[in-house]
Amino acid sequence: MTSVRESTDPAGSAAEPVIEAVGLGRDFVLSEGPFLRRRRRTVSAVSDVTLTVRPGEIVGYLGPNGAGKSSTMKMLTGILTPTRGHLRVTGLEPSRQRTRLAGRIGVVFGQRTTLWWDLPLRDSLALTRHMYRVPAADHARRLAGLTELLELGPFLSTPVRQLSLGQRMRGDLTAALLHGPRLLVLDEPTIGLDVVSKSTIREFLLRLNAEEGTTILLTTHDLGDVERLCERVVVIDRGSLAYDGGLDGLRASVPAPRVLVVDLAAPAPPIGVEGGRCVRVDGPRQWLELSENPAAVITRVAQRHEVADLTLREPDIEGVVAALYRGAAVGGGA
Amino acid sequence: MADVLARARGSVLWPVRAYLLLAWTWCRALAQYPVSLLLMTLATSLGVFAEIGAVVVVFVHAGRLEGFDLAEGLLVAGLAATAFSCADMILGMVENLGRHIRAGTLDVMLVRPVSPLVQMATDRFAPRRLGRIVPGAVIVTAALVACDIDWTLGRALMLPVLLVSGTAICCSVWVLGACLQFFVADAREAANSVTYGGQALTEYPLAVYGRDVVRAVTFVVPLAFVTWQPALYLLGRPDPTGLPDALRFTTPLVAVAMCLIAAACWRSGLRHYRSTGS
Repeated sequence: MTSVRESTDPAGSAAEPVIEAVGLGRDFVLSEGPFLRRRRRTVSAVSDVTLTVRPGEIVGYLGPNGAGKSSTMKMLTGILTPTRGHLRVTGLEPSRQRTRLAGRIGVVFGQRTTLWWDLPLRDSLALTRHMYRVPAADHARRLAGLTELLELGPFLSTPVRQLSLGQRMRGDLTAALLHGPRLLVLDEPTIGLDVVSKSTIREFLLRLNAEEGTTILLTTHDLGDVERLCERVVVIDRGSLAYDGGLDGLRASVPAPRVLVVDLAAPAPPIGVEGGRCVRVDGPRQWLELSENPAAVITRVAQRHEVADLTLREPDIEGVVAALYRGAAVGGGA
Repeated sequence: MADVLARARGSVLWPVRAYLLLAWTWCRALAQYPVSLLLMTLATSLGVFAEIGAVVVVFVHAGRLEGFDLAEGLLVAGLAATAFSCADMILGMVENLGRHIRAGTLDVMLVRPVSPLVQMATDRFAPRRLGRIVPGAVIVTAALVACDIDWTLGRALMLPVLLVSGTAICCSVWVLGACLQFFVADAREAANSVTYGGQALTEYPLAVYGRDVVRAVTFVVPLAFVTWQPALYLLGRPDPTGLPDALRFTTPLVAVAMCLIAAACWRSGLRHYRSTGS
């Protein structure tokens, strides 16, 4: 791919953080109750987020539904005006300088397309070119590059409504990148995609980050995305950051137990042994959460039951994040 | 200084250029179905003629209304049709704001470097809406010829100003109606009572509705400045409802004020926009 950096804009020097948020918060006022006795209640969607993202980072922004992920993303992109706090994205204040900011960032919403439903992908991309005021030559060059990398060729002339989800997502990524943004914001980019499409998009993002130095911030519920893409993970829970640091640090910060999967010769009631707590039963297969040395627990299980097979599972990032969501004790950072 | 000038030019000219580019792209896309486009355009034109036909029927039966004869009545109706259809073509699609908010497409528009107002107005921009303007303009021209107008230089120069002001007022009303939807989810119908309802109202010489209605559409929702005051000016008549004659000269000022109010409401609406959960 060819270079897509803006060269004339002094605001984007390498040392400056791409995202700088201090004490960022957004409240919503809800009106409840019957008409005449309506009460107003203030709810914080995001209460206190402090975050700095440097150029070239890939940051995963995780959190359960309703934790404030989308609200944060909307404030970063200028859609929502923050209630409090300081926020700069590529040196601009998103809600006040939204239009200028839009030229410097690319945004992809996994659940809704930024393309025009009734237009062929090619026309959608041409409209995008006009909106971002990309010179025709640059547009053609970048489109050629992205067409090759994302294999858009076969469906460039197809109306967007007829594209498969995977094709549409590749089209959306192209639309978000044609103006050469320095920050790419992805809201659940792999939601609903099959394994092959997911992997295509992940490899593409890694390459974009390595070759162009594009900073990437993504929210996802797919922990495969996180493990493949993100060196740094930020977890938000109930409006505040619960963790900010490396993926390894996240694993270490929550003591997630190893799990022993036992296949018995015949279905049996939940196994009760010292050091292993049965958490799930499915026919003859049972899952035991280990609280001591696996060898000892295996011996105890084998003494009392006829075991057909055994597997030991290391805690995966999914379990770690689930533990975090449940409010397990964590330090503020790594 | 040069920088400020360049930025000012950018902030005024770029939305206009963006509007034209986006509208043109949509026209080209829709022109892929030429027969459908032609039929829709014709049908739209027929609609306008039917509306004006109703005005003709009323005047033929009543003879004169508040001192307005058929040609003068057609002038009023033609001005209404022209101003409203121009506004409808330019900004009519903003009435879909509520739908864009619910579907989340407003979020998508907000992350592009073009005003969401421009994006919304050009969304599915259909050249068939020209089919409404052409008949209106034809009727205004015919009525201007048929009416007994004392053509001074001032009147000739004011005519385009009045048409532009009328269109601007209608555009502002469309935008204000759309702004309601930032605060009330399904305000589209309510807004339509002023937008489409306003057109129906201003098709007749306003004096037929009586003094209170005239005052309401002069001072509350200034639709009187779209057809009524301009028509009085062109025909050189005193106001039959007794409002001062000087009002008719404030038409361009009213238009500017309405545009400023609409712009302020739009900005405020965007700042208070809460988006929807995803």
